[in-house]
Amino acid sequence: MTYIKPKFRHPDLQKNKLGYTIDYYEGSLSTLCAGCGHDSISGAIIRACFEANIEPHKVAKMSGIGCSSKTPAYFLSNSHGFNSVHGRMPSVATGANMANRDLIYFGVSGDGDTASIGMGQFVHVIRRNLNMVYLVMNNGCYGLTKGQDSATADCGSKNKTGNINLFEGIDLVSLGLELGAGFVAQSFSGDKGQLVPLIKAAMAHLGFALINVVSPCVTFNNNVGSTKSYDYIREHIEATSTFDFVPEMTEIKTDYSEGEIKQIAMHDGSLIQLNKLTKDWDPTNRSSAMNAMLNAKENNEFLTGLIYIDPESVETHELIQTSKTPLNQLSQSTLCPGNMALAEINADLR
Amino acid sequence: MNINDFVVRFANVNGTGSASANYLFTKAIFRMGVPVTPKNIFPSNIQGLPTWYEVRVSEKGYLGRREGIDLMVAVNPQSFAQDVASVKSGGYFLYDSTKKLAKEFLRDDINYIEIPLMEISNSNYSDPRQRQLFKNIIYVGALCELLKIEFNVFEDLFAEQFKGKEKLIPLNVTALQLGMNYIKDYYPNSLNIKVERRDLLKNKILAEGNAACALGAVYGGATFAAWYPITPSTSVIDGYADYCKQFRIDKETGRKNYAIIQAEDELAAMGMVLGAMWNGARAFTSTSGPGLSLMNEFLGLAYFAEIPAVLIDVQRTGPSTGMPTRTQQSDVLEAAYASHGDTKHVLLFPSNPKECFDMTADAFDLAEHLQTPIIMLTDLDLGMNDHISEPYEWNDLRQYNRGKVLTAEGLDAAQNWGRYLDVDGDGIPYRTLPGTHPEKGSFFTRGSSHTEYAAYTESSDEYRKGMERLLKKWVTAKTLVPSSIVYPSKNKSDTGVIFFGTSTYSAEEAMDKLAEKNIHVDALRLRGFPFDKVFEEFVSSHKQIFVIEQNRDAQLKSLMMIELGTEASKLHSVLNFDGMPITADFIFNQIASSFKAQVSNA
Repeated sequence: MTYIKPKFRHPDLQKNKLGYTIDYYEGSLSTLCAGCGHDSISGAIIRACFEANIEPHKVAKMSGIGCSSKTPAYFLSNSHGFNSVHGRMPSVATGANMANRDLIYFGVSGDGDTASIGMGQFVHVIRRNLNMVYLVMNNGCYGLTKGQDSATADCGSKNKTGNINLFEGIDLVSLGLELGAGFVAQSFSGDKGQLVPLIKAAMAHLGFALINVVSPCVTFNNNVGSTKSYDYIREHIEATSTFDFVPEMTEIKTDYSEGEIKQIAMHDGSLIQLNKLTKDWDPTNRSSAMNAMLNAKENNEFLTGLIYIDPESVETHELIQTSKTPLNQLSQSTLCPGNMALAEINADLR
Repeated sequence: MNINDFVVRFANVNGTGSASANYLFTKAIFRMGVPVTPKNIFPSNIQGLPTWYEVRVSEKGYLGRREGIDLMVAVNPQSFAQDVASVKSGGYFLYDSTKKLAKEFLRDDINYIEIPLMEISNSNYSDPRQRQLFKNIIYVGALCELLKIEFNVFEDLFAEQFKGKEKLIPLNVTALQLGMNYIKDYYPNSLNIKVERRDLLKNKILAEGNAACALGAVYGGATFAAWYPITPSTSVIDGYADYCKQFRIDKETGRKNYAIIQAEDELAAMGMVLGAMWNGARAFTSTSGPGLSLMNEFLGLAYFAEIPAVLIDVQRTGPSTGMPTRTQQSDVLEAAYASHGDTKHVLLFPSNPKECFDMTADAFDLAEHLQTPIIMLTDLDLGMNDHISEPYEWNDLRQYNRGKVLTAEGLDAAQNWGRYLDVDGDGIPYRTLPGTHPEKGSFFTRGSSHTEYAAYTESSDEYRKGMERLLKKWVTAKTLVPSSIVYPSKNKSDTGVIFFGTSTYSAEEAMDKLAEKNIHVDALRLRGFPFDKVFEEFVSSHKQIFVIEQNRDAQLKSLMMIELGTEASKLHSVLNFDGMPITADFIFNQIASSFKAQVSNA
């Protein structure tokens, strides 16, 4: 493959309200494996920001460490980005957000970054309801260190080396619901049609917005028996798990209509089901959403879409009542009390 | 008769309200214009264990701790054995004689002052809480009479303390008089120690280092503090919150021109500080040794990705539990080289509240100018004890130095901007903040190796170039840290003494003691790291150097050997690491005996 990104664009490329074409929202060329689900999520982020007329410089891209956390280099090259430390993106995002409440904080993390090393920070950033999008590119394994199970690998899922995971997988969506997140969504990297509007909604949400996106790892967790493989969610794909061979794959597209359950059969006979939100489900009711997640787990279904939203959610700045003017824009005269005030303090200390 | 030269130690039970009574005593002596230095010696506990408060009064202005208790105020029977033993011969043991003192606590060579504190209190007050609190004031009253402290000084202090709660004033005055009257009735004879009014303090203040740091952060423009509770640093953030309530609430909207987040741990606290400073707000954290350990990971990122940060480390005895309420200077090496890979950090060493204030405010300028973390190393002694200090000052003409940050106009004017490009030759590149310009100046901050244009690279040449530029920045830092202060001796000496932080008080006193013995040495107080020119010259121009530190492993000495290549044979350590503030006697004895040995060897 080539490592130079072609600069050619169709001259009639559509412009958004800001006058930007979609390529203005792109990033540098991805260095992830061909067919990686993460790349299609990056594509969805680009599309969502373009369609939502987001000013790229008003977005700060935050990430931790891992394959997922590399992706902010591959979208929105006109935004500042911060590829921080493994599992610590939430704290950096918190500080950045405290400094300037007017930007959009777009956090990208992975399942290792969030559910293992970063679990503490993930839990606490939800508690504080920081105004940010937190998108997890969830593939159930550690790609950069060659395929170890992650904490979101389902119990019983088989990895590439044939090892069957004995431990319970952490379900980030249920956890987010439990911790009080005001926007919880789940999607599949192959379902751009759903992901783009979800990302747009998440950016518009005032408060913490979690999107858990199952994004298969084509290299290390795409084998028979894995519950996070393309095959598990698509019935007729020719996936290969040949050792050290990375297949050139095209993205899967799933299609389903409102109210339907889509069954995706695996060639080994296992099934995953994608449910669209049914009409009798109230996504603004937390306990109904939590129940639905529990039921889905029991029925071996993979629910996607907007799971829960609290439109009245109150974000951190409003909880602690910081100034409407971003803290990083307050002038020295506002911040420094001056020598007269100091004289009074000195007098009190005598 | 010792006028204005003695040590009083209070032995209390923690959680009984003794702290404010003891502070009242200190403040009264301060108001008499006499140098005074109190030390809290407290347990790692909320309530019920022994706690001590030691007050040294020194006409000569010596503000270090001194061994030898002249007067023990023993209110805690739990610690009587130890308290009786620690009184120096000829000294006084004042105790609550409501219960008879056991025979084993009787010594022939000290004087006993018996006051039935609990009995007096119980017969005057019925409310149990009042009985407890006023018992404390009664012993302060006894001291007022015994040490000849002016009564109206206390009246003034009560009036100030209970402004707005005036009905408490007469209650306290009465309690004080109960103690005074008891002494007049039963101990009319003078002690061999007393306080006499002087005018030695001029416009000095009595302040805690932690509060001074907090105030410095407010004046330095910090708008965000992220922290995790840890003794002895907690009162830095408490102080910041208090001063912010005073100065940073918008009068019209009632909203806060600051934010404080109590993080889930120190890792997160440091991450938050970096996120905020990366985004253009001045932010800081404060912690102690164990917290600094957790912050190591982020400090490495900040060093390499060149993100400003301010960290106040109030050092304590390590490692984690045991003596977290005792003082030490034992994070020097950990702070200097915090994190993985090739890292070194700029350190500041304040030694009094004024410097805590100044250096905290300066730390934000330094951090933003150098685009790197600044770690201030204070300690429990400085942070949690009151110290006599020069008053705080602020130059209203001063402008914050925000460092090399490109505005939108700057970005339009700049040609060939690169985030890590050294344009000025000082190793410091230009940075940009998110949201500045719609089309220019964005970059991806990363801990991974990057080119001068912030692009990912695995090129050895690019990596080495970046690391070498960071060294150039290090050389620039040498010229920006507060310079060392030299105390030349009367006779030019080939022996030098080096100290920093809270060792300063006792080191200065020890030098006077040495001079009395005709041992003249030059001295230097270190205030920053990397070592400045003054420091380097001092080290190279002296044949032997005593390095005074409050840690076991001679950490500053190691740092000198690593950074300056100073030969070990030239450096003699004076090390105090028992958790108690270092004393002048300790320093004097070590240096004097070394000289004696050298003379006898010659």
